[in-house]
Amino acid sequence: MKPLIKAEDLYRYYGDHCAVQNLSFELYPGEVLGLLGPNGAGKSSTLRMIAGNLAPSAGNIWLDGVDLQANPIAAKRNLGYLPENPPLYPELTVDEYLRYCARLHRISGCALDEAVADAKGRCGLGDVGRRLIGNLSKGYQQRVGIAQAIVHNPRVVILDEPTVGLDPIQIREIRSLIRDLGSERGVILSTHILPEVQATCSRLLILHRGRQAYAASLQQDAAPADGCFLIRLARPPELASFAAMPGVSHADELAHGHYRLHLDDRNACSAGQLSEQLVLAGWGLEEFVPEQPGLEQIFVRITTGEQIA
Amino acid sequence: MILTIAGRELRSLFLSPLAWSLLAVMQFILAWLFLVQMESFTRIQPRLMGLESAPGLTDLIVVPLLGNVAIITLLLIPLLSMRLISEELRSGTFSLLLSAPVSLFRIVLGKYLGLLGMLGVILLMSTVMALSLLAGGELDLGRLAAGLLGLGLVLAAAAAIGLYMSTLSPQPGVAAVGSYGLLLFLWLINLAAGAEGRGSALFAWIAMPTHFDRLLSGLVRSSDLIYFMLCIGLFLILAVRRLDALRTRP
Repeated sequence: MKPLIKAEDLYRYYGDHCAVQNLSFELYPGEVLGLLGPNGAGKSSTLRMIAGNLAPSAGNIWLDGVDLQANPIAAKRNLGYLPENPPLYPELTVDEYLRYCARLHRISGCALDEAVADAKGRCGLGDVGRRLIGNLSKGYQQRVGIAQAIVHNPRVVILDEPTVGLDPIQIREIRSLIRDLGSERGVILSTHILPEVQATCSRLLILHRGRQAYAASLQQDAAPADGCFLIRLARPPELASFAAMPGVSHADELAHGHYRLHLDDRNACSAGQLSEQLVLAGWGLEEFVPEQPGLEQIFVRITTGEQIA
Repeated sequence: MILTIAGRELRSLFLSPLAWSLLAVMQFILAWLFLVQMESFTRIQPRLMGLESAPGLTDLIVVPLLGNVAIITLLLIPLLSMRLISEELRSGTFSLLLSAPVSLFRIVLGKYLGLLGMLGVILLMSTVMALSLLAGGELDLGRLAAGLLGLGLVLAAAAAIGLYMSTLSPQPGVAAVGSYGLLLFLWLINLAAGAEGRGSALFAWIAMPTHFDRLLSGLVRSSDLIYFMLCIGLFLILAVRRLDALRTRP
């Protein structure tokens, strides 16, 4: 399969400061790639380079097989980009703005109305079409920004911190929209929020000081093989009784009623089987959360400056 | 694609009170100057009757009017052009254009045509004012056309300069100051041309009024047209190069 984005040995200098160094990655259709990193890790610079807003100091980028530097116009046809600050004209209405964006991507005639209506529907903008963008709330403006990035149905969607400034319900809607987009095309997004990556991404790249510090692929449904579960019980039993359960190697008591269950590597059981056992044991199960300790520890270690072996 | 960008530019201009207030103030001042010219013309008209090949309406009213339009518009253009690109750079909307499949040249040309549309309205307003004299007299229409051509070229050249200046800084104020500086310089440099010296012919050629005055007097020379075309082309290309450089070294 041909990668939608192929970045090779990207470097970007601002004066003496090196914002991105030696970064290479690929994005395939049906993937959501999350760029994770603390502030100033080079996420936005990387995305701006892929979107053609910033020329790399060295390295090559191909969008859907087209070289971005050699043939920018053709490469950008398949590109939808939401920058950190949504590029909105406050004096236009949502409809006018989206029509303008679609025209910039060479959509005209009846396809134009369809594309605008479709993008508005996907982003939940159906009833604000005639309002001025400047009068919309931050959350709606962010949605207009996302609608702008998908109005021309691009194969590559680049979203720079798409959920920043949104309320929890809007965040959930946007995350499900991103997963939806990722099922048919390639999405790359940046964030500094770990749960966001876990909720939306199929693959993860952690950047630190412009370098790739960690790359991993994330499974959405399966419990992680080396993973743990955090549980809370109303009537906790003896600590030893957890180890007696099939598939559990041992348990830690975190606080009264709170435990971390470590799964047995050799005899791993699914989240469903484990929760069933816990309920059948009659301990009053109140919370059951899969934990991906690897990811969180890695992120914290990277961002606090420790080296990964 | 160019027209899409130009259309949005023009639309945003007319959605803001800036364009309307500039047009209103400009029209008021021009009307005042026009009336003053009319007044002085009617005062000296009896004396003109006695002269042979006396200057007519075109000489005494239309040509000064077009000269005034040029000077007032040169003062307004930096205010209109300053936000063309610098505001988009500051608010981040420029990345919408950069990530669209549109070349930098088309972006610049679209923005330029948008501004020319606005200046076209000004040109139209002054044409109508000049043509209103037809109600009570006769005009030398050929000379009027040459003058309007000259005025249009001056405005187009000034617009190209303003557009280039607005690519230089994300602060619209800086862009406006830059355009004022360069436009006034090009307008006044021929003061030096009067002085003795070998450079004076060059200064006279660089100065805009040298070429504009010839067109106002009804003389359409291809060398003058080429001067304006060179000026427009130079600053549009500089603007494209500047935007390309922004992508490489911000």
